[in-house]
Amino acid sequence: MRYIRPSSIEDAVGLLAEASGKAAVLAGGSDLLVRMKGGFIEPELIIDIKAIDALRHITESEVGFVIGAAVPCAVLGENAALRRAWPGVVESANLIGSKQVQGRCTIVGNLCNASPAADSVPALVAAGAKALIRGPVGSRTIAVELVPVGPGKTSLAPGEIIEAILLDKRQPRSGDAYQRFTPRTEMDIAVVSAAVNLTLDDQGVVQSARVALGAVAPTVLLVEEAAEILTGSRLDDETLDRLAAACSGACRPIDDKRGTVEFRRKVAGVLAKRVALAAYQRAGQK
Amino acid sequence: MMAGIAVSTNINGDNAEFLCHADETLLDVLRDRLGLMGAKEGCGTGDCGACSIILDDCLVCSCLVLGAEAEGRRIETVEGMAQGDQLHPLQQKFLEHAALQCGICTPGFLIAAKDLLAKNPDPTEEEIRFGLAGNLCRCTGYDKIVRAVQDAADVMRGA
Repeated sequence: MRYIRPSSIEDAVGLLAEASGKAAVLAGGSDLLVRMKGGFIEPELIIDIKAIDALRHITESEVGFVIGAAVPCAVLGENAALRRAWPGVVESANLIGSKQVQGRCTIVGNLCNASPAADSVPALVAAGAKALIRGPVGSRTIAVELVPVGPGKTSLAPGEIIEAILLDKRQPRSGDAYQRFTPRTEMDIAVVSAAVNLTLDDQGVVQSARVALGAVAPTVLLVEEAAEILTGSRLDDETLDRLAAACSGACRPIDDKRGTVEFRRKVAGVLAKRVALAAYQRAGQK
Repeated sequence: MMAGIAVSTNINGDNAEFLCHADETLLDVLRDRLGLMGAKEGCGTGDCGACSIILDDCLVCSCLVLGAEAEGRRIETVEGMAQGDQLHPLQQKFLEHAALQCGICTPGFLIAAKDLLAKNPDPTEEEIRFGLAGNLCRCTGYDKIVRAVQDAADVMRGA
């Protein structure tokens, strides 16, 4: 195995394309190294992207935030502007593993690992985040929900690297939130998770909404029916009940040791309500 | 065979250089090449925290870092906590509170607690428990560790 630390994204893409499937991109390594040690993958080349300066920063501009692919999740939590604008995205990233794991893991890694239970992915999907992708033939930008296509599988073409996650500039009266159900309070994997992102008008009526569910289907679900239910409401009880029913109905979960189909369906509805209320409260404070 | 990767880094304030293989973890480098035996291998998969170190101000598991990644970085290990014979307040309070039994987890707890108190000098019990959730101890039941960290935090704040 070889280890290379390129200093430009062009070099990283070139190395990755040249290695034709036998290379792995290393950012935080919290999934990659575990899989290598377990013998699940045996890359011939490790491409460490942390020396690429542009990938190591969170930048804020007129249009929003650019979160570089090599930024550890702990650093998201330390960024006050990002926390203020996108608290749901930040809280999801700061639920991944332990403090030790958060010191290494990245939201791009979480996305590319393509686990249905990834914590940051529902929050990014609800936030309408986009992935900026660099490949051998140029750049493209796609919605985050189009990256994972199944457990452990992404839509990235050979040689492509996600260089950053893009989040829009925050509109006034907007809020997002993320919660998950786990048997333990920390260091656990989501059995069910939900993320909601809302923008209100000046009367407190929901103008636009995005609702995403995690760990209840092969990929994170963007539940458009749930968003339509919330839009035009002030989150009264009847709306919340319809939201819960829509979310439970949208689930396509599996039975496993962490939860049954029936349990996951039920909890998806309960969590969606709680998370919608949390997002609404945050939106009302701005 | 391959010659190995030459790495220049800084460990506990001292410049250090070593050669390592591409697939060698920083934990193995610290222990097997540099003789720093404080960090322990418990699980090797980032679940137990026994190999915790601070890498450029971030708490990490050194079992999930490649040795080659240490190039140009700053590393803090448990060996850097005491100043000569003067124990770090966390070490002193771990002794006073008997916050260890077998001791395997202790270097990881000390480093994780040091990182916690650097970022949050006056944590609540809940914040300590969440902050140290990535460190497993199979002996103490954690209460003594939490009390030792609280006590050390008081000392370090001069309270």
